[in-house]
Amino acid sequence: MNEKEVEILEILEENARVPMEVLADMVDLSVEKVEKIIKSLEEKDIILSYSSVINWDKTAGKDGVAAMIDVKVTPKREVGFDEIAERIYRFPEVKAVYLMSGAFDLSVQIEGKTMKEVAFFVSNKLSTLDSVLSTTTHFLLKKYKHDGVIFEPEQKDKRIVVSP
Amino acid sequence: MKQVQQQYLSKTASKLKPSGIRKFFDLASQMDNVISLGVGEPDFVTPWNVCEAGYASLESGYTAYTANAGLLELREEISSYLSEQFSLSYDAESQIILTVGASQAIDLAFRSIIDPGDEVIIVEPGFVAYAPAVTLAGGTPVSLETKAEDEFKLTRETLEKAITKRTKAILLCFPSNPTGATMSEEELQSVTDVIEKHDLLVLSDEIYAELTYDQTHYSIARLDGMKDRTILISGFSKAFAMTGWRLGYVTGPEEIIAAMLKIHQYTMMCAPTIAQHGALEALRNGRDDLEKMKKSYRQRRNYLVKAFNHIGLSCHMPGGAFYAFPSIQSTGMTSDEFAEKLLEEERVAVVPGHVFGAGGEGYIRCSYATSIESLQEAVKRIGAFVERHKAE
Repeated sequence: MNEKEVEILEILEENARVPMEVLADMVDLSVEKVEKIIKSLEEKDIILSYSSVINWDKTAGKDGVAAMIDVKVTPKREVGFDEIAERIYRFPEVKAVYLMSGAFDLSVQIEGKTMKEVAFFVSNKLSTLDSVLSTTTHFLLKKYKHDGVIFEPEQKDKRIVVSP
Repeated sequence: MKQVQQQYLSKTASKLKPSGIRKFFDLASQMDNVISLGVGEPDFVTPWNVCEAGYASLESGYTAYTANAGLLELREEISSYLSEQFSLSYDAESQIILTVGASQAIDLAFRSIIDPGDEVIIVEPGFVAYAPAVTLAGGTPVSLETKAEDEFKLTRETLEKAITKRTKAILLCFPSNPTGATMSEEELQSVTDVIEKHDLLVLSDEIYAELTYDQTHYSIARLDGMKDRTILISGFSKAFAMTGWRLGYVTGPEEIIAAMLKIHQYTMMCAPTIAQHGALEALRNGRDDLEKMKKSYRQRRNYLVKAFNHIGLSCHMPGGAFYAFPSIQSTGMTSDEFAEKLLEEERVAVVPGHVFGAGGEGYIRCSYATSIESLQEAVKRIGAFVERHKAE
């Protein structure tokens, strides 16, 4: 991985919608060269997807609940935590799975339409898996910042408009 | 009543011209939807750990004066910072004063060295405060015009021409506001014998030293024989996005610093205590944030300069600071006309080059310390403006 590739990744991570010509100028390469680099990064699964951070609370009719579940599991010989992690992340309602250090093993983020739906997932799908020893569910009350993005940013530039 | 008030003003104060930037500030601040490329400061807010250090200092009760020269701990930190980053060696106790921004350091320096009749060469286009600061100290500013074909660098020939019997000092600012010009070790070396021959003092304003994009900054004080005749001025505003904290510093030969400290203790007492605590944190743990900001400026510089050349405003690639200085001569307008019409017609604020002194006419200063989205929109608007006025 060279410096230009890292620079392109950093810019895209911040804003995946930056026009290709602008991106090329920013890193001082030609458009063709940048397109080639991005394509190769995609093929290597280094760039996995281009998603948006959306504040659904500001939209009507898309209410839901999210929870973070601390899961204790029994790791298996040969595969460790990977197998149980995979069984969990395959559920479409699961948005994220991380292996953690500390008091529990897996942190599972889940989204559902209602609290009942989330509760049902925990009791009927997650807890019943063989390797799962225990779960602790924390419901998310408000998102302040997600993936480095502040949800209600102060937009105003506090600088005076012209200065020496 | 106004007449009566006027009669009390000193001749110096009455003669002092208001900065040419003021007019554009007044115009632009009355308009909505303005994209400003006229701001001479970072678009980043001060890194959070530095703000935290400011809070913490208040919580711990550090609300009193510091030593006149500033917290010794901070001066020691500056001393090792200058040594690590720029290979300069200055004694914390006798050669460093913390000031209220680099601006106060400039004022102190001129007041310490100027006698009536002394001339100070100001390299222009340059920061708007230099010449008035010389005048206020009783001296005569002499402008030295740098040219686009020299990439706005100082040359031996132009320097020789500006020197008279009365010349006492020369003020340099590289990387430059407004041109973004930088000078390499070799380029600086090429003027030192002229400086030595005429026994000049150098005031080197290196406030943008951390913001260079193609090569590391080289201080003139590093060159043989220069340290003893150089007053080096810098600060925290640009590198650490701390403009509002008002904290700069000055280093130089012991006796000159001692004289500056005398003036400083009578006129300022000391720099703000809270800012000094913030600055300590910035020097100790601010490098990562600085590098991040620098990378972002470099990307935006690359974009903006290419975009200007693309829309027909020829622009050299500035090596440092966060300004592009494109030529607007292809439009046939003066920089004042250009800036005023651009603001009225397209709602983009830039600073006309003439306010920065000799050699600035025919250029505009555009800060790229603003978001890449705003820069794109600004380029679109300026492009349309240039296109429209070329056709006339």
